[in-house]
Amino acid sequence: MTNVSSNRQPMKLQTRRTLTAYTFLIVPLLFFISIRIFPTLYAFSLSFMTQDHTSGTIDNYKQLLQDPVFWKSVLNTGLYVIVTVPLQMALGLIIALGIQRVRHFRWFYRMIYFLPYITSIVAVSWVWRLMYDQNTGVFNQILTWLHIPPQGFLGDPNESLLSVSAVMIWQAMGFSMLIFMAGLEAVPKHFYEAAQIDGASKWKMFWKITFPLLNPTIVFLAVTGVIQSLQSFTQIQNLTGGSAANAGGPLNSTLSIVVYMYKNAFTDFNMEYASAITVVLFIIILLVTLIQLRILNKSYEY
Amino acid sequence: MKKSKFTIFIAMIICVLILTSACGKKDDSNSGKVTITYWQYTFPQKVDIIKDLIKKFEAENPNIKVVAQDFPYDQYNQKIAAAVNAKKGPDIMNLYYGWLPQYQQKGYIQSIPEDFMSANDIESYYIPMIQASKINGKYYGLPVAVRSLALFWNKDMFKAAGLDPEKPPKTWDELITMAKQMTKMKANGQYEQEGFAWDVNGQGYHTFEEVLLRQWGIIPFSDDGKTVQWSSSPEGLEAFKYWVNMTKEEKIGDRNFLTDYNTAFKAGKAGMMIDGSFSVAATKEAAKFAWGVTTLPVREEGGIKSNFGSYWTNSLAKGLSGEKLKAAEKFLKFLISEDTQKEWLDKVGELPAAASFSNDDSIKSDPIYGPFVEGLADAHATLFVDEAKERDSINNAVESILLKNAPFDKTFENLVKEQQKIRDQYYK
Repeated sequence: MTNVSSNRQPMKLQTRRTLTAYTFLIVPLLFFISIRIFPTLYAFSLSFMTQDHTSGTIDNYKQLLQDPVFWKSVLNTGLYVIVTVPLQMALGLIIALGIQRVRHFRWFYRMIYFLPYITSIVAVSWVWRLMYDQNTGVFNQILTWLHIPPQGFLGDPNESLLSVSAVMIWQAMGFSMLIFMAGLEAVPKHFYEAAQIDGASKWKMFWKITFPLLNPTIVFLAVTGVIQSLQSFTQIQNLTGGSAANAGGPLNSTLSIVVYMYKNAFTDFNMEYASAITVVLFIIILLVTLIQLRILNKSYEY
Repeated sequence: MKKSKFTIFIAMIICVLILTSACGKKDDSNSGKVTITYWQYTFPQKVDIIKDLIKKFEAENPNIKVVAQDFPYDQYNQKIAAAVNAKKGPDIMNLYYGWLPQYQQKGYIQSIPEDFMSANDIESYYIPMIQASKINGKYYGLPVAVRSLALFWNKDMFKAAGLDPEKPPKTWDELITMAKQMTKMKANGQYEQEGFAWDVNGQGYHTFEEVLLRQWGIIPFSDDGKTVQWSSSPEGLEAFKYWVNMTKEEKIGDRNFLTDYNTAFKAGKAGMMIDGSFSVAATKEAAKFAWGVTTLPVREEGGIKSNFGSYWTNSLAKGLSGEKLKAAEKFLKFLISEDTQKEWLDKVGELPAAASFSNDDSIKSDPIYGPFVEGLADAHATLFVDEAKERDSINNAVESILLKNAPFDKTFENLVKEQQKIRDQYYK
């Protein structure tokens, strides 16, 4: 470093600007370092520690590899991604296309379909839980009217994951719809006019114009949707947990990686093992995102 | 230029780090008054009585301030784990006795100081049941009260089903027959009303481990708590079958009916339930029907009586020392005094834990608390090592039988192995 007092030159304009910029940046920087980056690094180091913090170890990871419940949670998380992401996007797109054709009260339909997304997940999950109830729920009542035998829904290991997914899809499709509507607005109108002159069918117009031009929107929704469903927690915790049941049950059929991590950290107090799970989840999300960006992000020339 | 930018950047980073490290080091000592914090989970009656007790205690000890906080049961453990790890934990915490081994292993709590109350003092002050909170010869918590289980029955539902409302079942077989008469089911198998509020996660698995197994002639765990003896004779499997078949074959109740067992009972939709005396106050408030309490059924009349005893203890946080420790000890002493215990029974419904009460006739002859006190005589407190995991494991076993039709013998064999593994992991 140069000695400032011996060589008092007025500060250069650019230096001053840089200084100002960093001064403004210091607040978010402080936030990110203390709230995000430090805990992340701490979790990394924690995952390589024994439970009494005396020495480093990779036992947590070894145990993880042999833990059938962990692999079950990985499988379930994969299923959540496969079930929820395509469906919530497809439904969002269909609704968006539908609303686009509506001339009057468009804001009303938009609001109706977006409402679930802005409602508290916890509250919504409990309402659904009551509707799913085996003995007293609305769904089984309807099934009885239709002379279909009552279903277990959340209580049946074969149906529970789909029941939880349905709630997730119902909530997330409003968000997809909103983003798709913005994407549709951005498609230049003259393409459709040209296609109409050429006598293209509606179907062809959708697949040849609308769909390719929505690609950036689809990439965005796919990436955020996959990350979100890899981290699914709140719905599962509230639909299946509670004082009389185990979150992730029955028989771990709805257990996701994050729920399993939470259980290890806060009911078994094994922060080190839970940290190891988090690190694995981090790696999975990183890989999935990189692959997705590679595959989906082909650029389209307008 | 590039270099100077970099220096500024580094300087900023250092500033940030200094600022962050300065956070969270606030000292809240004010003018000689010692403040201690007391944590418990939100059980309305307990929260109220603790508030009153603190007022009384603070009047007697003007230089100690006690701050009481409570958290919902579902998050209570999580809150403590997070707070202790962040060094913001409570000074005294109210814990379920089954959690003590883990809290001790994790270093969240310290043993009761010898100069305050030695192990001998504790054992002569309390009834023997509380020895379940002894780890390696030292006590890690002091309870105010203990609980035992009893059978609650809905007299109105008994009458409606043509049963004598003053004659609750004495044996398990009787319980099943009576429950069947009260169970109402739709043609499609949905419950409208259940005869017995069968469950696993509430008091159900305690009933299995400490009542049914013992009545079927099995001591569930070895004295040192290291060995699971459920399958030490074929009777263990028989007891397990008998218990699970109450819901599977006899269909006298469903664990998911109306979210949980005591909700179903309070709503007047369950003829009988097994619960602790802590449920009395809430049942009194909610029940719009006549009900009674009696001792738990036995296998055959005159057979072995058994009961599950449990309690919440008050533990001192690890690292608590000096003036704060002395203040906390004073508060503990106040909490476990016989006067408090008496008040606790009236307001919370938990039974006094001091040995001096065990022959108190005024409690024994009470129509509601009497059966609980009677049960206390045969009560065993399970030596848990990891209560949550043990419960999860038994719940999973039951679910695989009920939902996947898994065979009883294999499932039971695996369950015993799993329970043993949980113990091995703790004692290794």
